[in-house]
Amino acid sequence: MDSALIPEGVKRCPTWQFIIWIGVVGAVMMWGVFAILLVYIKGLNQTNMNNAYGFALWIWADLTVIALGGGAFFTGFLRYIIGKDELKHIINYAVLIGFICYSSALLILGFDVGQPLRAWFIFWHANVHSMLTEVAFCLTCYFGVLCIEYLPLALENRQIDKVPFFHHLSHNMHEIMAVFAATGAFLSFFHQGSLGGVPGVMFGRPFGFREGVLIWPWTFFLFTWSAAAGGPCFTILITKITEKAVRKKLVKDNVIELLAKISGWMLVGYMVAKIIDTWYWAAFTAPSKGFTLMDFYANNPGSVYGIWILIAEIGVCGVLPALILITDKGRKNRIALFLAVLLAVLGVCLNRWVMVLQVLAVPVLTFENWAQYLPSWQEIATTILPVAYGIIMISLSYRYLPVFPQERELNPIEAPVSQTQEQLPEPETPPAGAEPEPSPSGS
Amino acid sequence: MEKENSKKFGMVIDLDKCTGCGSCMVACMAENNIPFREDETDKLLSVSWMHVYRLTNVKPFPDTEECYLPRPCQHCEGHHGHSPCVSVCPATATDYDMDTGIVSQIYTRCFGCRYCMAACPYHVRQFNWWDPLWPDGMEKSLNPNVSVRMRGVVEKCSFCIHRYQLAKDQAYMEGRREIEEDEYQTACTQACPAGAITFGDLNNPKHAVYQMVKPDKKNGGKPKNPKAFRLLERLGTNAKVYYLSSREWVRRAGDNYLKTEGQAKHA
Repeated sequence: MDSALIPEGVKRCPTWQFIIWIGVVGAVMMWGVFAILLVYIKGLNQTNMNNAYGFALWIWADLTVIALGGGAFFTGFLRYIIGKDELKHIINYAVLIGFICYSSALLILGFDVGQPLRAWFIFWHANVHSMLTEVAFCLTCYFGVLCIEYLPLALENRQIDKVPFFHHLSHNMHEIMAVFAATGAFLSFFHQGSLGGVPGVMFGRPFGFREGVLIWPWTFFLFTWSAAAGGPCFTILITKITEKAVRKKLVKDNVIELLAKISGWMLVGYMVAKIIDTWYWAAFTAPSKGFTLMDFYANNPGSVYGIWILIAEIGVCGVLPALILITDKGRKNRIALFLAVLLAVLGVCLNRWVMVLQVLAVPVLTFENWAQYLPSWQEIATTILPVAYGIIMISLSYRYLPVFPQERELNPIEAPVSQTQEQLPEPETPPAGAEPEPSPSGS
Repeated sequence: MEKENSKKFGMVIDLDKCTGCGSCMVACMAENNIPFREDETDKLLSVSWMHVYRLTNVKPFPDTEECYLPRPCQHCEGHHGHSPCVSVCPATATDYDMDTGIVSQIYTRCFGCRYCMAACPYHVRQFNWWDPLWPDGMEKSLNPNVSVRMRGVVEKCSFCIHRYQLAKDQAYMEGRREIEEDEYQTACTQACPAGAITFGDLNNPKHAVYQMVKPDKKNGGKPKNPKAFRLLERLGTNAKVYYLSSREWVRRAGDNYLKTEGQAKHA
């Protein structure tokens, strides 16, 4: 039915199968849409946030998807600015994942605020001292850059590409993509950093507060660094999951291994910086405010914020994946590689969780207790929504756009002509078991 | 920058006098049109500009002692007006007024991002999780000088700034430039039956608040009175609400200390 839209030379599942798949994921998405409507109509009382937990699951989701979407800017930076040419085989997917992540972040911000119709005040009445102002400006600009980066891929759809104007537009946009990659890297550096600055500047919250350089707390740099390290890991993780889902190899190992190696070394650097930051914070910053390290990790209900969380973040989800990714053996072992990128992604998620929720949970007034929070179903549904939306976007893009340049080479749907001719004893006799002429309608 | 004749309104709360009766909370709610709901059991969802905490020295009987601590907005000055909440607000919906030292909140500009709530260590900022609804007829008793707030915005104690505006208007009508100390008093100050709350200009040596705490201007406003303290002094919030207590454990409960810095923290 939709064969005319499917790229040439690749095989896709039957249309009915695709529709069922989109329908199931779409149902999950609609559950999230229903929850959004409830939030819009009834207000933020639909959440389990309270006056102690003004930031909760949604802000965590925002910070996390933006960090994981960092694969787009960093892969673009490596491909176009540093000149790592092999990465051209995965840049499309990195951009797509980044686009999904950033559009999700904007969506979440759209219903996370108490007065969504006034959200534009952040631009109109901008406070230059606020980290959120910087985030809003850079995030919006960078989303524009991501749209520009995604557009040439969308224009490469078989039917759209037939229109000369779109064909040339796509070609010319590819030519100048380095400009947008550089712009994206610049904008990302600042908004990833500013998101780190959100807890870092809160001098009333000793768990989040950090000293720094000029107006930027150390968390500014740590967030940018972790996004540059964890973002590409997320790109690799999603690529591997996609390959499992479609039962095909889509990107060659050397491309994945190169990105994994760079991520690994970025992760090593990040871990060194993070450990130094944690040590300085525990030894000097927090004590100057009257807190010991264990004040932040002990005596909380159910040890939800026990010291285990710091060990998990730095050790299990930081140092361990970094060590795997920087070794040749680790990268070449499929299971080890998958485990490493998964752990690195979890490490970023955990870091954003503590820098949003634990900051607020830790009691600062001596006569207050740890704040507790469990998200409501509306918060969970609206947080799952972007995941469903992402799956739909990936499914549509994979089906109708040439996202993976190496897919045809890695998954030939017919035997190469020269090879077939060599094997034929009689040119007139059709080869037994040979695949029929590739036809998009059969896809 | 602070002008030569600028004021710095602040509060001194004598914890030796406070009985914990809650009159300040009631007066504040009535004066400032603070909304309430039928079920107010979850205090983390309530709006309460003035909140009275109960502190204990956690010692067994007969050494048990208690203390009630009223907590309005601390109207932090931070460094040069960069109070924890003001500097983070992305839409400039909250402001530090250098002429009065009051941290204001512009309800019609706030879009409810709640960053200020996260930044405030005193939990003085509260969110309107619901639309304000009053029982039938009660809306007629609302204070016309204070705007009611809508769902989805943050609000907090304003040091009854509308009373300051009224006092200034009155002085202007009478041909005066300055107002007297007793012309501008907050609702909680006037409602306290024990006289535990004192309000005035911390820049004016004639005002009671100044004489009670003797703020050291050169030292970030720290009190020279050894019985006076501010909550979370070590964070550098530079608050304008001072507390007085003759009890050491109460004063120490106002801040966090390492074990090596003296006795253990009080719960």
